[in-house]
Amino acid sequence: MQEKPLIEFQHVSKTYDNGTIGLNDINLSIPQGEFLVIVGLSGAGKSTLMRTINRMHEISSGDLIVDGESVVHLEGKDLRRLRRSIGMIFQNFNLVKRASVQRNVLSGRVGYYGTWKSTLGLFSKADKQKAIEALQRVGLGEKLYSRADELSGGQQQRVAIARAFMQDPKIILADEPIASLDPLTTESVMNDLKRLNQEFHITVIVNLHSVSLARRFADRIIGLRGGELVYDEPIDKVTEKDLDAIYQPVSLVKESEAQA
Amino acid sequence: MNVVPKRTFAQKYHLKTVSWLVVFVVLIIVTADLTEVDFGMFFANFGQFLALLQQMMHPDWQFTHLVVAPILETIQMALIGTTIGTLVAIPFSVLAARNIVKNKFFRGLIRFILNLVRTLPDLMLAALFVAIVGIGPVAGVFTLAIFSFGMISKLFYEAIETIDEGPLEALEAAGANKVQLVVFAVIPQVFNYFVSYFLYTFEINVRASTVLGYLGAGGIGVYLQRSLDQFAYGQTAVIILGILIVVLVIDGLSNTLRERLL
Amino acid sequence: MSGQITSHTGMSVKRYKWLFWLVIVVIIYIWGITGVHFTGIKDSAGEVSQSIISGIFHPDWAYVYDGSGEDLISLIFQTLAMAFLGTFISAILSVPFAFWAARNGKKRWHVRSTSGKLVLTLIRTFPEIVLAIMFIKAVGPGSFAGVLAVSIHSIGMLGKLFSESIENMDLGPSEAIMSSGGNRAQTLVFATLPTVLPEFLSYTLYRFEIAVRSASILGMVGAGGIGTPLLFAIQTRTWSRVGIILLGIIITVTLIDYVSGTLRKRLV
Repeated sequence: MQEKPLIEFQHVSKTYDNGTIGLNDINLSIPQGEFLVIVGLSGAGKSTLMRTINRMHEISSGDLIVDGESVVHLEGKDLRRLRRSIGMIFQNFNLVKRASVQRNVLSGRVGYYGTWKSTLGLFSKADKQKAIEALQRVGLGEKLYSRADELSGGQQQRVAIARAFMQDPKIILADEPIASLDPLTTESVMNDLKRLNQEFHITVIVNLHSVSLARRFADRIIGLRGGELVYDEPIDKVTEKDLDAIYQPVSLVKESEAQA
Repeated sequence: MNVVPKRTFAQKYHLKTVSWLVVFVVLIIVTADLTEVDFGMFFANFGQFLALLQQMMHPDWQFTHLVVAPILETIQMALIGTTIGTLVAIPFSVLAARNIVKNKFFRGLIRFILNLVRTLPDLMLAALFVAIVGIGPVAGVFTLAIFSFGMISKLFYEAIETIDEGPLEALEAAGANKVQLVVFAVIPQVFNYFVSYFLYTFEINVRASTVLGYLGAGGIGVYLQRSLDQFAYGQTAVIILGILIVVLVIDGLSNTLRERLL
Repeated sequence: MSGQITSHTGMSVKRYKWLFWLVIVVIIYIWGITGVHFTGIKDSAGEVSQSIISGIFHPDWAYVYDGSGEDLISLIFQTLAMAFLGTFISAILSVPFAFWAARNGKKRWHVRSTSGKLVLTLIRTFPEIVLAIMFIKAVGPGSFAGVLAVSIHSIGMLGKLFSESIENMDLGPSEAIMSSGGNRAQTLVFATLPTVLPEFLSYTLYRFEIAVRSASILGMVGAGGIGTPLLFAIQTRTWSRVGIILLGIIITVTLIDYVSGTLRKRLV
């Protein structure tokens, strides 16, 4: 039985104010529970594609459906509810460096609180316990009270994963989560993401530069080039040659197309 | 591993943060008491304050032509004062630079003197110089000279300390003495910084010089004081507008020049 | 002639440019010197300078503390109190100004931020002693007027520094809170403020150092602190009194600079 997709892009295009094309007529559907890796050169539109899902970027045309609901016109409370259900991991971790790990992890929960309660730091006992568990899940229980900037890069990224987990997300978007990490910590961060995907059936979408990692962790790989979707295959059909093609510069491709 | 650490009593109740907070609140209460803060009075007399502001909102434009000459005098004071201060500061900054003077004690002594000079507020110097040389712009020039001396010498010696050591070593190896070293290796490297800092100090001095006259040290401040004493707030407004224009123009010019230099 | 110059290499153009600047500088200095006549220095200048120096070396120790509340120590504490409270109030008032004046994005001109920057420049340029005099009209002579003058005047500089640190702040944490469904207030409290607060604090301490200097002269116009007896002592030529007050100010400012500098190093 074909499951209803969790995320569906319908002819989504995005043009920036300065005329640069971010995305060009993307059609894509992502089922619940998939571990999707997006590959492509820098500037190919990977980040843009990802950020349209939680509306950190607006799209110019087309429709985007998340969990059966068009998200293009969401505003205010509804938009925040959408974002609450989508965790996000960043290349630079985006932790508040001078705050404690505990506070950073708890801040993933703000979408569930009103303004006053959260700004006064009145998190419930249950959520504080949840923060501890989230942190232990990524193996950093003993760092609960440390300041975020005392941690190594890999540890900070895992704190960020714990923060995203606090949102009880249906989807996790990870934008180049390992680009600032060394190979060893890369491994553990990718494993953490994979575990969230398998144990909690969370849909995980990751931007990656590394083809070998993509092949190891993904259920499915899509490729972007110049804002266009140029590749979309389940992992068992992905070949090395295909991936090489994605990483060809746009100019080269244009040339070969012109010759053909 | 991977267990939540036990926090000490101090950590658990954020004793450090709490005690800083307590110290801070106590300080605020004590200082408010010392300075006889009374916002009740402030708001009760707020009408008077507003009336004054209202008078200032109606500048006495006829006064404008009288303001031009003293404003120009202010700029002249600032220019000459900054220049004298800079000329005196150059040798001192060389003597205070770590990479030129290796004698720690001597360098420390020079820096100590510079630090002392920098603690003196401008208006206080003005009051002293008015007492020494008498009322007039000369007192202002001396004030600004001392004031900029303290500031510039610090900026200069910090600039000297950041220079590339290569040319210094090369000249030293070629047998140059200290003076030759400064002339051929130091000055070419820092010249643009010096000019930039000079302009920056000049900007600050133009601002400062506008009020020195309040104590009799020449320039527009003399008129400022007179208008305030005579409750001629319309004139005060014209003077302040004049100061504002001059400061903005000088800042603009100096910023453009500095951007070009660096 | 001009054709010759252009046909020359860049080298000679450079030489003329140099000459051009030299002429301008000379003209400016000639104009500058004509404005300040070094004649008319009082004959007593040397004598007075000697008295001042002798006063500094023979300070009036009795003035340090006499229990009257009008002695050096009491008034220095009052000066510090003015600077502290004024800076504190100013720091709080500066935050909204900073958000007003901060540019977001790369646009050079923006109605909100440009107007905010303009207002901050106006505040910065408005002479502090004029503010003090205005506040004296409102609350009477004394240190409260000084506190108010420091509070308002410091906004000009603090607002500017704060707005610059908002402009240069790492936007990552704010993005993270927003992407997890936080509203504006939550983003402010969980990301923006903790990111910029240490810098704000450091700038505030720096401004406090400056405020101590300015508070020590506000008394010259009647706004409390050590400035009042200092001006009085200068005018009555009680140089031993001037000496002890100068010493007091120098020691205080040095101490405050040192303490504040150490704290600032620990913050950033």
